[in-house]
Amino acid sequence: MSVDAATVRRIAHLARIAVSEDEVPHLQGELNAMLAFVEQLSEVNVEGVEPMTSVTPMQMKKRQDVVTDGEIADDIVANAPATEGHFFLVPKVVE
Amino acid sequence: MTDLTSLTLAEARKGLADKTFTSLELTDAHLSAIEKARVLNAFILETPDQARDMAKAVDEKIARGDAGPLAGIPLGIKDLFATKGVRTTACSKILGNFVPTYESTITSQLWRDGAVMLGKLNNDEFAMGSANETSCFGPVGNPWRREGSNTTLVPGGSSGGSASAVAALLCMGATATDTGGSIRQPAAFTATVGIKPTYGRCSRWGIVAFASSLDQAGPIARSVRDSAMLLRSMAGHDPKDTTSVDIAVPDYEAAIGKSVKGMKIGIPKEYRLDGMPAEIEKLWSEGAAWLKAAGAELVEVSLPHTKYALPAYYIVAPAEASSNLARYDGVRYGLREQGKNIVEQYENTRAEGFGAEVRRRVMIGTYVLSAGYYDAYYLRAQKVRTLIKKDFEDCFAKGVNAILTPATPSAAFGIGEKGGADPVEMYLNDIFTVTVNMAGLPGIAVPAGKDAQGLPLGLQLIGRPFEEETLFSLGEVIEQAAGRFTPARWW
Repeated sequence: MSVDAATVRRIAHLARIAVSEDEVPHLQGELNAMLAFVEQLSEVNVEGVEPMTSVTPMQMKKRQDVVTDGEIADDIVANAPATEGHFFLVPKVVE
Repeated sequence: MTDLTSLTLAEARKGLADKTFTSLELTDAHLSAIEKARVLNAFILETPDQARDMAKAVDEKIARGDAGPLAGIPLGIKDLFATKGVRTTACSKILGNFVPTYESTITSQLWRDGAVMLGKLNNDEFAMGSANETSCFGPVGNPWRREGSNTTLVPGGSSGGSASAVAALLCMGATATDTGGSIRQPAAFTATVGIKPTYGRCSRWGIVAFASSLDQAGPIARSVRDSAMLLRSMAGHDPKDTTSVDIAVPDYEAAIGKSVKGMKIGIPKEYRLDGMPAEIEKLWSEGAAWLKAAGAELVEVSLPHTKYALPAYYIVAPAEASSNLARYDGVRYGLREQGKNIVEQYENTRAEGFGAEVRRRVMIGTYVLSAGYYDAYYLRAQKVRTLIKKDFEDCFAKGVNAILTPATPSAAFGIGEKGGADPVEMYLNDIFTVTVNMAGLPGIAVPAGKDAQGLPLGLQLIGRPFEEETLFSLGEVIEQAAGRFTPARWW
Protein backbone atom coordinates (compact mmCIF):
# COMPACT_ATOMS: atom_id res chain seq x y z
CA MET A 1 0.00 0.00 0.00
CA SER A 2 1.16 3.55 -0.60
CA VAL A 3 -0.20 6.98 0.18
CA ASP A 4 -0.97 9.82 -2.27
CA ALA A 5 -0.65 13.54 -1.61
CA ALA A 6 -4.29 13.88 -0.51
CA THR A 7 -3.80 11.08 2.06
CA VAL A 8 -0.67 12.79 3.40
CA ARG A 9 -2.70 15.98 3.96
CA ARG A 10 -5.50 13.98 5.61
CA ILE A 11 -3.11 12.16 7.97
CA ALA A 12 -1.40 15.43 8.88
CA HIS A 13 -4.75 16.92 9.79
CA LEU A 14 -5.73 13.84 11.83
CA ALA A 15 -2.39 14.10 13.64
CA ARG A 16 -2.97 17.84 14.14
CA ILE A 17 0.32 18.78 12.49
CA ALA A 18 0.30 21.71 10.05
CA VAL A 19 1.98 20.70 6.77
CA SER A 20 2.71 23.21 4.01
CA GLU A 21 2.12 22.31 0.35
CA ASP A 22 5.83 22.16 -0.46
CA GLU A 23 6.45 19.66 2.40
CA VAL A 24 3.88 17.19 1.03
CA PRO A 25 5.95 15.47 -1.72
CA HIS A 26 8.89 14.89 0.65
CA LEU A 27 6.67 13.52 3.45
CA GLN A 28 4.85 11.33 0.94
CA GLY A 29 8.19 9.81 -0.12
CA GLU A 30 9.24 9.13 3.47
CA LEU A 31 5.91 7.65 4.53
CA ASN A 32 5.89 5.42 1.46
CA ALA A 33 9.43 4.24 2.23
CA MET A 34 8.24 3.20 5.70
CA LEU A 35 5.10 1.54 4.32
CA ALA A 36 7.18 -0.36 1.74
CA PHE A 37 9.43 -1.55 4.57
CA VAL A 38 6.57 -2.87 6.72
CA GLU A 39 4.90 -4.47 3.67
CA GLN A 40 6.90 -7.69 4.27
CA LEU A 41 4.62 -8.46 7.25
CA SER A 42 1.93 -9.48 4.77
CA GLU A 43 3.90 -12.67 4.00
CA VAL A 44 3.59 -13.90 7.63
CA ASN A 45 0.84 -16.42 8.29
CA VAL A 46 -1.07 -14.99 11.25
CA GLU A 47 -4.06 -17.31 10.90
CA GLY A 48 -5.38 -18.10 14.41
CA VAL A 49 -2.68 -16.04 16.17
CA GLU A 50 -3.84 -13.86 19.06
CA PRO A 51 -2.60 -10.27 18.94
CA MET A 52 -0.31 -9.39 21.85
CA THR A 53 -2.14 -7.33 24.43
CA SER A 54 0.16 -7.70 27.43
CA VAL A 55 3.95 -7.99 27.29
CA THR A 56 4.28 -9.85 30.58
CA PRO A 57 1.41 -12.15 31.47
CA MET A 58 -0.06 -10.65 34.62
CA GLN A 59 -3.34 -9.91 36.27
CA MET A 60 -4.54 -6.38 35.66
CA LYS A 61 -3.78 -4.54 38.88
CA LYS A 62 -6.55 -2.61 40.50
CA ARG A 63 -5.87 -0.05 43.16
CA GLN A 64 -8.15 0.89 46.02
CA ASP A 65 -10.83 3.32 44.85
CA VAL A 66 -9.65 6.10 47.11
CA VAL A 67 -8.24 9.58 46.63
CA THR A 68 -4.45 9.45 46.92
CA ASP A 69 -3.52 12.77 45.40
CA GLY A 70 -4.96 16.20 44.84
CA GLU A 71 -5.11 19.81 46.00
CA ILE A 72 -2.24 20.62 43.64
CA ALA A 73 -3.94 22.98 41.21
CA ASP A 74 -0.96 25.37 41.40
CA ASP A 75 1.32 22.53 40.26
CA ILE A 76 -1.01 21.52 37.45
CA VAL A 77 -1.07 24.97 35.86
CA ALA A 78 2.54 25.84 36.70
CA ASN A 79 3.86 25.07 33.21
CA ALA A 80 0.88 26.26 31.13
CA PRO A 81 1.52 28.85 28.41
CA ALA A 82 -1.63 30.83 29.32
CA THR A 83 -3.73 30.63 32.48
CA GLU A 84 -6.17 32.65 34.49
CA GLY A 85 -6.31 31.55 38.11
CA HIS A 86 -6.54 27.77 37.99
CA PHE A 87 -7.85 27.65 34.42
CA PHE A 88 -6.05 26.96 31.13
CA LEU A 89 -6.73 29.63 28.52
CA VAL A 90 -7.47 28.59 24.92
CA PRO A 91 -8.99 30.38 21.90
CA LYS A 92 -12.79 30.48 21.94
CA VAL A 93 -14.13 26.99 21.20
CA VAL A 94 -17.92 27.44 21.53
CA GLU A 95 -19.63 30.31 19.71
CA MET B 1 43.03 13.41 43.29
CA THR B 2 43.30 14.08 39.56
CA ASP B 3 41.81 10.86 38.30
CA LEU B 4 38.79 10.38 40.55
CA THR B 5 36.68 10.30 37.38
CA SER B 6 38.40 7.17 36.09
CA LEU B 7 37.26 5.04 39.02
CA THR B 8 34.50 2.54 38.51
CA LEU B 9 31.42 2.94 40.62
CA ALA B 10 32.47 -0.03 42.74
CA GLU B 11 35.92 1.52 43.32
CA ALA B 12 34.39 4.89 44.20
CA ARG B 13 32.05 3.24 46.67
CA LYS B 14 35.08 1.75 48.44
CA GLY B 15 36.97 5.07 48.42
CA LEU B 16 33.99 6.85 49.93
CA ALA B 17 33.51 4.16 52.58
CA ASP B 18 37.23 4.26 53.46
CA LYS B 19 37.09 8.09 53.60
CA THR B 20 39.88 8.32 50.98
CA PHE B 21 37.83 11.12 49.41
CA THR B 22 34.45 12.73 49.96
CA SER B 23 31.42 12.80 47.71
CA LEU B 24 31.96 16.53 47.30
CA GLU B 25 35.48 15.91 45.97
CA LEU B 26 34.21 13.18 43.67
CA THR B 27 31.37 15.41 42.50
CA ASP B 28 33.66 18.40 41.88
CA ALA B 29 36.02 16.21 39.84
CA HIS B 30 33.12 15.25 37.59
CA LEU B 31 31.73 18.78 37.35
CA SER B 32 35.08 20.00 36.12
CA ALA B 33 35.32 17.10 33.62
CA ILE B 34 31.87 18.07 32.30
CA GLU B 35 32.97 21.68 31.84
CA LYS B 36 35.97 20.60 29.78
CA ALA B 37 33.88 18.24 27.63
CA ARG B 38 31.17 20.63 26.47
CA VAL B 39 32.20 20.00 22.85
CA LEU B 40 30.65 16.52 23.21
CA ASN B 41 27.25 18.11 23.94
CA ALA B 42 26.41 15.15 26.22
CA PHE B 43 24.99 17.30 29.03
CA ILE B 44 22.25 19.68 27.95
CA LEU B 45 21.75 21.02 31.47
CA GLU B 46 24.44 21.07 34.16
CA THR B 47 23.20 21.35 37.75
CA PRO B 48 26.44 22.03 39.70
CA ASP B 49 24.81 23.82 42.66
CA GLN B 50 22.30 21.04 43.20
CA ALA B 51 25.06 18.44 42.74
CA ARG B 52 27.24 20.03 45.43
CA ASP B 53 24.28 20.38 47.81
CA MET B 54 23.38 16.72 47.32
CA ALA B 55 27.03 15.67 47.76
CA LYS B 56 27.40 17.65 51.01
CA ALA B 57 24.21 16.16 52.41
CA VAL B 58 25.40 12.67 51.50
CA ASP B 59 28.84 13.29 53.04
CA GLU B 60 27.10 14.08 56.34
CA LYS B 61 25.12 10.86 56.06
CA ILE B 62 28.28 8.86 55.32
CA ALA B 63 29.93 10.45 58.40
CA ARG B 64 26.92 9.34 60.48
CA GLY B 65 27.27 5.82 59.10
CA ASP B 66 23.87 6.03 57.48
CA ALA B 67 24.77 5.71 53.79
CA GLY B 68 22.65 4.09 51.07
CA PRO B 69 24.01 1.64 48.47
CA LEU B 70 24.85 4.46 46.01
CA ALA B 71 25.90 7.04 48.60
CA GLY B 72 27.90 9.85 47.05
CA ILE B 73 27.97 8.49 43.49
CA PRO B 74 27.58 11.21 40.81
CA LEU B 75 25.23 10.27 37.98
CA GLY B 76 23.86 11.80 34.79
CA ILE B 77 20.13 11.66 34.08
CA LYS B 78 18.66 11.25 30.60
CA ASP B 79 16.39 14.18 29.85
CA LEU B 80 13.44 11.80 29.47
CA PHE B 81 13.23 11.46 33.28
CA ALA B 82 11.16 14.08 35.09
CA THR B 83 13.28 15.78 37.75
CA LYS B 84 11.50 18.01 40.23
CA GLY B 85 12.40 21.66 39.78
CA VAL B 86 14.91 20.86 37.03
CA ARG B 87 14.02 21.47 33.37
CA THR B 88 12.96 18.30 31.56
CA THR B 89 12.39 18.47 27.80
CA ALA B 90 12.86 15.00 26.22
CA CYS B 91 15.11 17.14 23.97
CA SER B 92 12.04 18.45 22.15
CA LYS B 93 11.21 22.07 21.43
CA ILE B 94 7.59 21.26 22.22
CA LEU B 95 8.33 20.82 25.93
CA GLY B 96 10.16 24.15 25.88
CA ASN B 97 11.04 25.15 29.40
CA PHE B 98 8.97 22.46 31.16
CA VAL B 99 9.93 22.23 34.84
CA PRO B 100 8.31 19.21 36.50
CA THR B 101 6.68 19.61 39.89
CA TYR B 102 7.31 15.92 40.56
CA GLU B 103 10.18 13.40 40.41
CA SER B 104 10.21 10.18 38.35
CA THR B 105 10.07 7.00 40.45
CA ILE B 106 13.44 5.78 39.18
CA THR B 107 15.35 8.98 39.94
CA SER B 108 13.68 9.29 43.33
CA GLN B 109 14.96 5.77 44.14
CA LEU B 110 18.48 6.76 43.05
CA TRP B 111 18.39 9.83 45.35
CA ARG B 112 16.92 7.68 48.15
CA ASP B 113 20.00 5.44 47.83
CA GLY B 114 22.38 8.42 48.01
CA ALA B 115 23.27 9.14 44.37
CA VAL B 116 24.11 12.71 43.29
CA MET B 117 22.69 14.36 40.15
CA LEU B 118 25.23 16.14 37.94
CA GLY B 119 22.74 17.27 35.29
CA LYS B 120 20.51 16.22 32.41
CA LEU B 121 21.76 14.29 29.41
CA ASN B 122 21.09 14.71 25.72
CA ASN B 123 18.99 12.17 23.81
CA ASP B 124 17.12 11.83 20.54
CA GLU B 125 13.90 13.87 20.57
CA PHE B 126 11.34 11.80 22.52
CA ALA B 127 13.91 8.94 22.29
CA MET B 128 13.16 8.56 18.57
CA GLY B 129 16.46 7.90 16.84
CA SER B 130 19.52 5.68 16.73
CA ALA B 131 22.28 8.30 16.49
CA ASN B 132 21.27 11.10 18.88
CA GLU B 133 20.94 13.38 15.85
CA THR B 134 17.27 14.31 16.32
CA SER B 135 17.71 16.22 19.62
CA CYS B 136 16.61 19.85 19.57
CA PHE B 137 19.89 20.58 21.39
CA GLY B 138 21.96 19.22 18.49
CA PRO B 139 23.92 16.00 18.06
CA VAL B 140 26.17 14.37 20.68
CA GLY B 141 29.78 13.49 19.92
CA ASN B 142 31.13 10.01 20.57
CA PRO B 143 34.35 10.12 22.64
CA TRP B 144 35.65 7.38 20.30
CA ARG B 145 37.17 8.29 16.92
CA ARG B 146 38.50 6.14 14.10
CA GLU B 147 42.24 5.66 14.43
CA GLY B 148 44.09 8.50 12.69
CA SER B 149 40.88 10.44 12.01
CA ASN B 150 39.36 13.47 13.68
CA THR B 151 35.86 12.99 12.27
CA THR B 152 33.28 13.17 15.05
CA LEU B 153 31.14 10.03 15.21
CA VAL B 154 27.67 9.52 16.66
CA PRO B 155 27.40 7.80 20.07
CA GLY B 156 24.28 5.92 18.96
CA GLY B 157 20.84 6.66 20.30
CA SER B 158 18.52 7.42 21.68
CA SER B 159 20.52 7.41 24.96
CA GLY B 160 23.50 9.02 23.21
CA GLY B 161 24.19 11.59 25.91
CA SER B 162 24.15 8.87 28.58
CA ALA B 163 26.58 6.64 26.67
CA SER B 164 28.90 9.47 25.66
CA ALA B 165 29.05 10.94 29.19
CA VAL B 166 29.77 7.57 30.81
CA ALA B 167 32.44 6.66 28.23
CA ALA B 168 34.09 10.10 28.50
CA LEU B 169 34.30 9.79 32.33
CA LEU B 170 31.87 12.70 32.90
CA CYS B 171 29.69 10.66 35.27
CA MET B 172 30.02 7.26 36.95
CA GLY B 173 26.80 5.97 35.47
CA ALA B 174 23.67 7.25 33.79
CA THR B 175 20.00 6.51 33.49
CA ALA B 176 18.78 5.57 30.03
CA THR B 177 15.67 4.17 28.34
CA ASP B 178 15.27 1.54 25.63
CA THR B 179 12.28 1.18 23.30
CA GLY B 180 14.00 -0.59 20.36
CA GLY B 181 17.66 -0.64 21.40
CA SER B 182 18.24 2.83 22.85
CA ILE B 183 20.33 1.57 25.79
CA ARG B 184 22.18 -1.32 24.14
CA GLN B 185 23.08 0.25 20.77
CA PRO B 186 24.73 3.40 22.25
CA ALA B 187 26.46 1.23 24.86
CA ALA B 188 27.93 -0.87 22.04
CA PHE B 189 29.03 2.28 20.13
CA THR B 190 30.91 3.67 23.17
CA ALA B 191 32.35 0.55 24.88
CA THR B 192 30.03 0.93 27.86
CA VAL B 193 27.71 -1.61 29.48
CA GLY B 194 23.96 -1.11 29.06
CA ILE B 195 21.13 -3.30 30.30
CA LYS B 196 17.49 -3.13 29.32
CA PRO B 197 15.69 -5.10 32.02
CA THR B 198 12.55 -7.17 31.55
CA TYR B 199 9.44 -5.13 30.74
CA GLY B 200 7.84 -4.30 34.09
CA ARG B 201 11.08 -4.51 36.11
CA CYS B 202 11.46 -0.71 36.38
CA SER B 203 8.69 1.80 36.88
CA ARG B 204 7.89 3.98 33.88
CA TRP B 205 6.24 6.62 36.08
CA GLY B 206 7.65 10.06 35.43
CA ILE B 207 9.48 9.04 32.25
CA VAL B 208 8.34 10.84 29.11
CA ALA B 209 6.40 8.16 27.22
CA PHE B 210 7.32 7.09 23.68
CA ALA B 211 5.81 3.60 23.08
CA SER B 212 4.39 2.37 26.36
CA SER B 213 4.37 -1.38 25.64
CA LEU B 214 8.05 -1.27 24.64
CA ASP B 215 9.63 1.45 26.83
CA GLN B 216 11.81 0.26 29.68
CA ALA B 217 14.49 2.11 31.63
CA GLY B 218 17.90 0.82 32.64
CA PRO B 219 21.43 1.99 33.41
CA ILE B 220 24.52 2.64 31.30
CA ALA B 221 27.81 2.18 33.20
CA ARG B 222 31.48 1.34 32.67
CA SER B 223 31.43 -2.23 33.96
CA VAL B 224 29.00 -5.09 34.35
CA ARG B 225 29.26 -4.80 38.13
CA ASP B 226 28.48 -1.06 38.03
CA SER B 227 25.42 -1.67 35.89
CA ALA B 228 24.23 -4.32 38.37
CA MET B 229 24.63 -1.88 41.27
CA LEU B 230 22.61 0.79 39.45
CA LEU B 231 19.84 -1.54 38.32
CA ARG B 232 19.29 -2.70 41.88
CA SER B 233 18.39 0.85 42.90
CA MET B 234 16.37 1.60 39.76
CA ALA B 235 14.23 -1.57 39.76
CA GLY B 236 11.23 -2.35 41.89
CA HIS B 237 7.48 -2.31 42.09
CA ASP B 238 5.65 0.99 41.82
CA PRO B 239 1.90 1.21 42.39
CA LYS B 240 1.89 4.27 40.11
CA ASP B 241 2.78 2.12 37.08
CA THR B 242 0.23 -0.67 36.59
CA THR B 243 2.66 -2.55 34.31
CA SER B 244 5.38 -2.60 36.95
CA VAL B 245 5.76 -6.05 38.42
CA ASP B 246 5.42 -6.80 42.10
CA ILE B 247 8.35 -9.18 42.63
CA ALA B 248 11.35 -8.67 44.88
CA VAL B 249 14.50 -7.07 43.45
CA PRO B 250 17.46 -9.44 43.85
CA ASP B 251 20.95 -8.29 44.82
CA TYR B 252 22.16 -8.21 41.22
CA GLU B 253 25.75 -7.64 42.26
CA ALA B 254 25.79 -11.08 43.89
CA ALA B 255 25.44 -12.57 40.39
CA ILE B 256 28.81 -11.11 39.34
CA GLY B 257 31.45 -13.83 39.36
CA LYS B 258 28.92 -16.65 39.74
CA SER B 259 29.83 -19.72 37.73
CA VAL B 260 28.16 -20.10 34.34
CA LYS B 261 29.14 -23.75 34.16
CA GLY B 262 26.48 -25.87 32.49
CA MET B 263 24.46 -22.92 31.24
CA LYS B 264 23.00 -23.40 27.78
CA ILE B 265 23.70 -20.48 25.44
CA GLY B 266 21.68 -20.22 22.24
CA ILE B 267 23.30 -18.94 19.05
CA PRO B 268 20.44 -17.90 16.75
CA LYS B 269 21.16 -18.63 13.10
CA GLU B 270 18.78 -15.90 11.91
CA TYR B 271 21.09 -13.23 13.34
CA ARG B 272 23.78 -14.21 10.80
CA LEU B 273 22.92 -11.59 8.19
CA ASP B 274 24.02 -11.51 4.57
CA GLY B 275 26.74 -8.94 4.14
CA MET B 276 27.47 -8.73 7.87
CA PRO B 277 31.02 -7.36 8.38
CA ALA B 278 33.54 -10.16 8.98
CA GLU B 279 34.75 -8.50 12.18
CA ILE B 280 31.25 -8.68 13.74
CA GLU B 281 31.08 -12.34 12.82
CA LYS B 282 34.53 -12.86 14.38
CA LEU B 283 33.57 -11.02 17.57
CA TRP B 284 30.47 -13.15 17.91
CA SER B 285 32.50 -16.40 17.58
CA GLU B 286 35.02 -15.08 20.09
CA GLY B 287 32.26 -14.28 22.58
CA ALA B 288 30.84 -17.78 22.18
CA ALA B 289 34.32 -19.25 22.72
CA TRP B 290 34.77 -17.24 25.95
CA LEU B 291 31.47 -18.49 27.34
CA LYS B 292 32.36 -22.05 26.33
CA ALA B 293 35.74 -21.76 28.05
CA ALA B 294 33.87 -20.70 31.20
CA GLY B 295 31.90 -23.93 31.09
CA ALA B 296 28.76 -22.92 29.21
CA GLU B 297 27.31 -25.13 26.52
CA LEU B 298 26.65 -23.60 23.08
CA VAL B 299 23.62 -24.67 21.07
CA GLU B 300 22.38 -23.42 17.72
CA VAL B 301 18.81 -22.14 18.04
CA SER B 302 16.24 -20.82 15.60
CA LEU B 303 14.13 -17.68 16.04
CA PRO B 304 12.29 -17.86 12.71
CA HIS B 305 10.38 -14.56 12.95
CA THR B 306 13.46 -12.40 13.61
CA LYS B 307 13.33 -10.58 10.27
CA TYR B 308 9.78 -9.40 10.96
CA ALA B 309 10.60 -7.76 14.29
CA LEU B 310 11.83 -4.47 12.84
CA PRO B 311 8.92 -3.93 10.42
CA ALA B 312 6.42 -4.88 13.16
CA TYR B 313 8.19 -2.44 15.50
CA TYR B 314 7.78 0.36 12.95
CA ILE B 315 4.02 -0.11 13.17
CA VAL B 316 3.61 -0.70 16.92
CA ALA B 317 6.04 2.00 18.15
CA PRO B 318 4.76 4.86 15.94
CA ALA B 319 1.15 3.87 16.70
CA GLU B 320 1.73 4.10 20.45
CA ALA B 321 3.80 7.26 19.97
CA SER B 322 1.05 8.99 18.01
CA SER B 323 -1.29 8.29 20.90
CA ASN B 324 1.19 9.24 23.66
CA LEU B 325 2.26 12.44 21.93
CA ALA B 326 -1.32 13.62 21.47
CA ARG B 327 -0.94 15.35 24.84
CA TYR B 328 1.40 17.99 23.38
CA ASP B 329 -1.26 20.46 22.38
CA GLY B 330 0.13 23.78 23.58
CA VAL B 331 -2.54 24.07 26.27
CA ARG B 332 -1.23 22.55 29.49
CA TYR B 333 2.52 22.88 29.13
CA GLY B 334 5.29 23.63 26.69
CA LEU B 335 5.32 25.53 23.44
CA ARG B 336 2.24 27.31 22.07
CA GLU B 337 1.97 28.71 18.55
CA GLN B 338 -1.05 30.90 17.86
CA GLY B 339 -3.74 29.99 15.32
CA LYS B 340 -7.05 31.44 14.12
CA ASN B 341 -8.93 28.81 16.14
CA ILE B 342 -8.04 26.01 18.53
CA VAL B 343 -7.47 23.40 15.80
CA GLU B 344 -5.06 25.71 14.00
CA GLN B 345 -3.38 26.39 17.31
CA TYR B 346 -2.84 22.64 17.82
CA GLU B 347 -1.59 22.20 14.26
CA ASN B 348 0.81 25.14 14.37
CA THR B 349 2.11 24.21 17.82
CA ARG B 350 2.82 20.62 16.81
CA ALA B 351 4.35 21.59 13.43
CA GLU B 352 6.70 24.04 15.14
CA GLY B 353 7.40 21.96 18.26
CA PHE B 354 8.08 18.49 16.82
CA GLY B 355 11.23 17.78 14.79
CA ALA B 356 11.17 15.97 11.43
CA GLU B 357 11.65 12.43 12.79
CA VAL B 358 8.93 12.83 15.43
CA ARG B 359 6.48 14.34 12.90
CA ARG B 360 7.13 11.44 10.55
CA ARG B 361 6.54 8.81 13.25
CA VAL B 362 3.43 10.49 14.62
CA MET B 363 2.01 10.61 11.09
CA ILE B 364 2.80 6.96 10.30
CA GLY B 365 1.28 6.00 13.65
CA THR B 366 -1.82 8.02 12.93
CA TYR B 367 -2.13 6.34 9.54
CA VAL B 368 -1.82 2.74 10.78
CA LEU B 369 -4.43 3.38 13.48
CA SER B 370 -6.85 5.21 11.17
CA ALA B 371 -10.19 3.78 10.10
CA GLY B 372 -9.82 1.04 7.50
CA TYR B 373 -6.12 0.42 8.13
CA TYR B 374 -6.10 -0.75 11.77
CA ASP B 375 -6.53 -4.45 10.95
CA ALA B 376 -4.11 -4.50 8.03
CA TYR B 377 -1.32 -2.82 9.96
CA TYR B 378 -1.66 -2.53 13.74
CA LEU B 379 -3.55 -5.75 14.46
CA ARG B 380 -1.31 -7.76 12.10
CA ALA B 381 1.82 -6.30 13.73
CA GLN B 382 0.55 -7.26 17.20
CA LYS B 383 -0.05 -10.82 15.95
CA VAL B 384 3.47 -10.94 14.52
CA ARG B 385 4.66 -9.77 17.92
CA THR B 386 3.00 -12.79 19.53
CA LEU B 387 4.94 -15.01 17.10
CA ILE B 388 8.24 -13.26 17.88
CA LYS B 389 7.68 -13.79 21.59
CA LYS B 390 6.77 -17.44 21.00
CA ASP B 391 10.07 -17.98 19.14
CA PHE B 392 11.90 -17.02 22.32
CA GLU B 393 9.58 -19.03 24.57
CA ASP B 394 10.16 -22.17 22.46
CA CYS B 395 13.87 -21.63 22.72
CA PHE B 396 13.82 -21.14 26.51
CA ALA B 397 11.54 -24.18 26.89
CA LYS B 398 14.36 -26.29 25.44
CA GLY B 399 16.53 -25.33 28.38
CA VAL B 400 18.36 -22.36 26.85
CA ASN B 401 19.41 -19.94 29.62
CA ALA B 402 20.43 -17.02 27.42
CA ILE B 403 21.00 -16.10 23.80
CA LEU B 404 24.21 -14.53 22.46
CA THR B 405 24.09 -12.13 19.47
CA PRO B 406 26.04 -9.14 18.15
CA ALA B 407 24.70 -5.89 19.64
CA THR B 408 24.77 -3.88 16.41
CA PRO B 409 25.38 -4.57 12.71
CA SER B 410 28.25 -2.04 12.58
CA ALA B 411 30.45 0.21 14.70
CA ALA B 412 29.67 3.93 15.19
CA PHE B 413 29.35 6.07 12.04
CA GLY B 414 29.78 9.76 11.29
CA ILE B 415 27.27 12.48 12.08
CA GLY B 416 24.92 12.91 9.09
CA GLU B 417 26.16 9.73 7.38
CA LYS B 418 22.99 7.67 7.67
CA GLY B 419 19.27 7.98 7.04
CA GLY B 420 19.38 11.23 5.07
CA ALA B 421 17.66 9.84 1.99
CA ASP B 422 15.77 6.87 3.44
CA PRO B 423 14.73 6.73 7.12
CA VAL B 424 14.83 2.91 6.99
CA GLU B 425 18.64 2.99 6.62
CA MET B 426 18.88 4.40 10.16
CA TYR B 427 16.24 2.02 11.52
CA LEU B 428 18.37 -1.01 10.53
CA ASN B 429 20.77 -0.15 13.37
CA ASP B 430 18.32 -1.73 15.79
CA ILE B 431 17.95 -5.01 13.92
CA PHE B 432 19.54 -7.13 16.70
CA THR B 433 18.07 -5.26 19.66
CA VAL B 434 14.45 -4.62 18.68
CA THR B 435 13.34 -8.27 18.97
CA VAL B 436 14.04 -8.07 22.71
CA ASN B 437 11.66 -5.11 23.21
CA MET B 438 8.98 -6.79 21.11
CA ALA B 439 9.14 -9.83 23.44
CA GLY B 440 9.60 -7.79 26.65
CA LEU B 441 12.82 -9.67 27.55
CA PRO B 442 15.96 -8.46 29.32
CA GLY B 443 19.04 -7.74 27.20
CA ILE B 444 22.54 -6.54 28.06
CA ALA B 445 25.21 -5.08 25.76
CA VAL B 446 28.80 -5.66 26.84
CA PRO B 447 31.92 -4.29 25.11
CA ALA B 448 33.78 -7.18 23.48
CA GLY B 449 36.37 -5.83 21.08
CA LYS B 450 37.27 -3.28 18.42
CA ASP B 451 36.94 -3.14 14.66
CA ALA B 452 39.83 -2.60 12.24
CA GLN B 453 39.48 1.19 12.66
CA GLY B 454 39.79 0.96 16.43
CA LEU B 455 36.11 1.50 17.18
CA PRO B 456 34.39 -0.48 19.93
CA LEU B 457 31.96 -3.30 19.20
CA GLY B 458 29.59 -5.00 21.64
CA LEU B 459 27.88 -8.31 22.17
CA GLN B 460 24.32 -8.74 23.36
CA LEU B 461 22.97 -11.36 25.75
CA ILE B 462 19.22 -11.93 25.85
CA GLY B 463 17.71 -13.57 28.93
CA ARG B 464 14.55 -15.21 30.17
CA PRO B 465 11.97 -12.86 31.72
CA PHE B 466 13.19 -11.52 35.09
CA GLU B 467 16.47 -13.44 34.89
CA GLU B 468 18.71 -10.38 34.69
CA GLU B 469 21.09 -12.11 37.11
CA THR B 470 22.01 -14.67 34.44
CA LEU B 471 22.91 -11.79 32.11
CA PHE B 472 25.14 -10.19 34.74
CA SER B 473 26.98 -13.50 35.35
CA LEU B 474 27.50 -14.11 31.63
CA GLY B 475 28.30 -10.45 30.93
CA GLU B 476 31.03 -10.58 33.55
CA VAL B 477 32.62 -13.55 31.74
CA ILE B 478 32.77 -11.51 28.53
CA GLU B 479 34.13 -8.45 30.36
CA GLN B 480 36.84 -10.53 32.04
CA ALA B 481 37.87 -12.04 28.71
CA ALA B 482 37.63 -8.92 26.55
CA GLY B 483 38.87 -6.39 29.10
CA ARG B 484 37.59 -2.83 29.41
CA PHE B 485 38.06 -0.11 26.80
CA THR B 486 38.69 3.60 27.35
CA PRO B 487 38.76 6.21 24.56
CA ALA B 488 41.84 8.44 24.10
CA ARG B 489 40.92 11.94 25.24
CA TRP B 490 40.72 14.53 22.40
CA TRP B 491 38.18 16.98 23.85
